[in-house]
Amino acid sequence: MTDIFGLLKGKPEDSDYEKKGVIVQGITGAYGSLHAKQMIAYGTNVVAGVTPGKGGQKFEDKVPIYNSMQEAVDATNAKISIVFVPAKFFLGAAKDALEAGIKLLVAIPEHVPVRDTMEALDLAKQKGAVIIGPNTPGIMIPELIKIGIMPPMPFKAGKIAVLSKSGTLLYEISDALTNAGFGQSITIGIGGDPVNGTRLIDAFDMVKDIPDLEGMVVVGEIGGDSEEMLAQKIIDSGFNKPTVAYIAGRAAPKEKRMGHAGAIVMGTYGSAESKVSMFNKANIPVAKRPAEVPVLLAGKMEKSD
Amino acid sequence: MQLLEFQAKELFREYGINLLDSISSTNIEEGRKHAKELGYPFVIKIQVPVGGRGKAGGIQKCQNDDEFEIKYPQVMDLTIKGEKARAILLEKMADIKKELYLSIFLNRSKRCYTIIASAEGGVEIESVKNQIIKEIGLGEVSDELAQEVAKEMGLEGKPAEGVVDTLKKLSKLTIEKEAELVEINPLAIMQDDTIMALDGKFVTDDNSNFRHPELEKYQEKSAIEEQAEKSGFSLVELDGDIAVVGNGAGLVMSTLDMLSDNGGKPACFLDVGGGATTESVYEALTLISKLDRVKGILVNLYGGIVKTTVVAEAFLKAYEDNLIDLPVFSRLKGTESEKATEMLQGSRTKIFSTVEEAINAAVMGVKN
Repeated sequence: MTDIFGLLKGKPEDSDYEKKGVIVQGITGAYGSLHAKQMIAYGTNVVAGVTPGKGGQKFEDKVPIYNSMQEAVDATNAKISIVFVPAKFFLGAAKDALEAGIKLLVAIPEHVPVRDTMEALDLAKQKGAVIIGPNTPGIMIPELIKIGIMPPMPFKAGKIAVLSKSGTLLYEISDALTNAGFGQSITIGIGGDPVNGTRLIDAFDMVKDIPDLEGMVVVGEIGGDSEEMLAQKIIDSGFNKPTVAYIAGRAAPKEKRMGHAGAIVMGTYGSAESKVSMFNKANIPVAKRPAEVPVLLAGKMEKSD
Repeated sequence: MQLLEFQAKELFREYGINLLDSISSTNIEEGRKHAKELGYPFVIKIQVPVGGRGKAGGIQKCQNDDEFEIKYPQVMDLTIKGEKARAILLEKMADIKKELYLSIFLNRSKRCYTIIASAEGGVEIESVKNQIIKEIGLGEVSDELAQEVAKEMGLEGKPAEGVVDTLKKLSKLTIEKEAELVEINPLAIMQDDTIMALDGKFVTDDNSNFRHPELEKYQEKSAIEEQAEKSGFSLVELDGDIAVVGNGAGLVMSTLDMLSDNGGKPACFLDVGGGATTESVYEALTLISKLDRVKGILVNLYGGIVKTTVVAEAFLKAYEDNLIDLPVFSRLKGTESEKATEMLQGSRTKIFSTVEEAINAAVMGVKN
């Protein structure tokens, strides 16, 4: 099982405790540079960037740029990278990172072909590495480290884990949680693709044993059956922290892709009804609106007291 | 994208999968010509990218000219699950001994390709009994595995050989064209024990389109969908009267749900992508202005970094340019929202601080 906090924070005896190095792949692109700056401003320790052909330059006069991930890893010993390259170059960038020893790869690009994702996942498995995404907003421990594209405002440090397939809904619901006094211990964007490097069940494994975890929020959407699998896993594992879910796409027509490559109902497979009924079976209330999530969570907490 | 049956069969033919003779047409004049070439009896099959055609009357046997003249237009006029006929396929009648089921699909939760086979095909997959399920990684099927599947289906001799051959070709097709799903249902054992694909379903991974220019001819997009794609938007047309616009697929779906819960009828799903700029919002309004049925526009933007004044500018410009003459009900989360509200005073755009308020106003607004 992945020790995600070990990767993101490290141990108190580490010299780089709570400032683990992050390499930005595609740091000189418009999107990569914008978010590299935002991550640095948030406090993330961006130690290097990679753009083939631009090695030797510096990003913002500070962060060294390398031609390859091998060079960047050799120079910094970083174990985390975030990828901003165009979708068709994702597989190449991911291989470059995993071969160089990256253990946590955050894959931002949308529209990565499924076959490329699966190939990258095969390699990650061989190397004992974790991929978050593709098509994810990223992962963060609020007020400590942000590896992603999320705006900082909705998030506040706290004790609720938020797992989400959608980016903007992650912001929306975290915002509602924060306003209701529920800070977040960690937020993990699963991504909106059909095949996810880290599925909801994997993300659940990452957060379920956080010592001071007080609750969990799952933001799902139509398509696939990862919400159903998660609900089953919660039942099987006896996880008893207050948990609330939200599912987007109840009103979506069948057999149409709703923006995300993975958001499609085929027959009954992937339908909102199926997900809601599995969560109900796991005794997890499903909010009708994002704003209802903190209300239901507070209700759950009262009951568990 | 889900291909039509005749398009899937074009690919099957290219990969050497056995098929009955068939010809597709888009009007009855063409159809008459094909009827002569093919000869009676044959089956008239509606071409729509959804299942359940048989139940809806979209597949009709045809014995002679008189039946043809009645049934061809009947089938052509059908709408199945909101989909009108794209074409009509005439296919020779088959003398079937047994109907099987065979598919290879992208197994999302297991993150690999998976075979489903059954000796009891011809019904919808949910009702297919005795399913044989094999996980096959990135889609490769060995001789041994194909033989095992045929054996587990209870087949021997010539039919078994036919299934092995078909399965291997199906695997090659899946891998080379990067399909999310390839399904043959039914796959028939004919009276002479040959194996034939009587139907075909093929779903592409649209994200791999750039590697498959050969599939481009199957892309079927309305002018407005094409324009949306060019702008980097996702658009799904729906049949209500309130256009729903937002940033991020999840947020727009969520807005659609809440609108429907409150009795509103969405006219479209329009996701302008992560950020929101004056240009992208103006572009979204341009697209919506081309949908006649729209009576109001509901905008839900969660702009973390986005300045709402930038969005307000887009609305003002759209009215100024006479691009739209519709009320806009907008919830803009972001910075400078007070200034944005001020800017929009006196215009037909109303800003609300919560999406619930914007939705209620939109539902009331289009009633009047």
